[in-house]
Amino acid sequence: MRTALTDQPIDAAALVAEVSREGNGATLLFIGTVRDINDGRSVTGIEYSAYRSMAEREMADIVREASERFATPDIVVEHRLGELTIGDASVAIAVAHPRRGAAYDASRYVIEQLKKRVPIWKLEHYLDGTREWVNASGQHVAEPAR
Amino acid sequence: MTIKVLLFASYADTLGTGQLALDFRAGATVSDVLGRVRSLPGADVLPPEPLIAVNERYARRDQVLSSGDEVAIIPPVAGG
Repeated sequence: MRTALTDQPIDAAALVAEVSREGNGATLLFIGTVRDINDGRSVTGIEYSAYRSMAEREMADIVREASERFATPDIVVEHRLGELTIGDASVAIAVAHPRRGAAYDASRYVIEQLKKRVPIWKLEHYLDGTREWVNASGQHVAEPAR
Repeated sequence: MTIKVLLFASYADTLGTGQLALDFRAGATVSDVLGRVRSLPGADVLPPEPLIAVNERYARRDQVLSSGDEVAIIPPVAGG
């Protein structure tokens, strides 16, 4: 088990290698990437920020829960912070388990809980030069002029 | 007693700061902190029931605070 917030590009292959063991018959890699359209608007990039100490704690809690619930120690999660551009990986989750069913369930549990609980925020940058905070339900709060 | 209040993302932008140090009487709760923050300019951006964490754990409104506690007012999270 390992979790990290990182300011560096995520090396997904390294995460896969980290969870790989001979007893594991299933290995899953989930990668969340920055897409070019959100709610019909052209996105040029996203700035990720976090309540860093709490985010690290929540991510560790989630992975511990998944490990106990789905019976595998082989879960690694990295979440990127800072300025990302289209196609960049914002989050990667590698899970390995003797059986595929539990591996899928554990991977799904980690991403869904992460999106609900981990204090991370996105400031989307649009093609027209504007920027807005995005929240989990897809609503936007306009950023005030500075 | 002094309580450290943390603000993030849209809340920090609107209130113009990411951190406040506020004084309260002993026995103050999370609700008391929220009430004080709501009196600040720009605080009308806060929803009726914002997410709150005390010392990095999600907390309820009636949690009693101790001097030095860190209270974070957390905008809707958007990780992933």
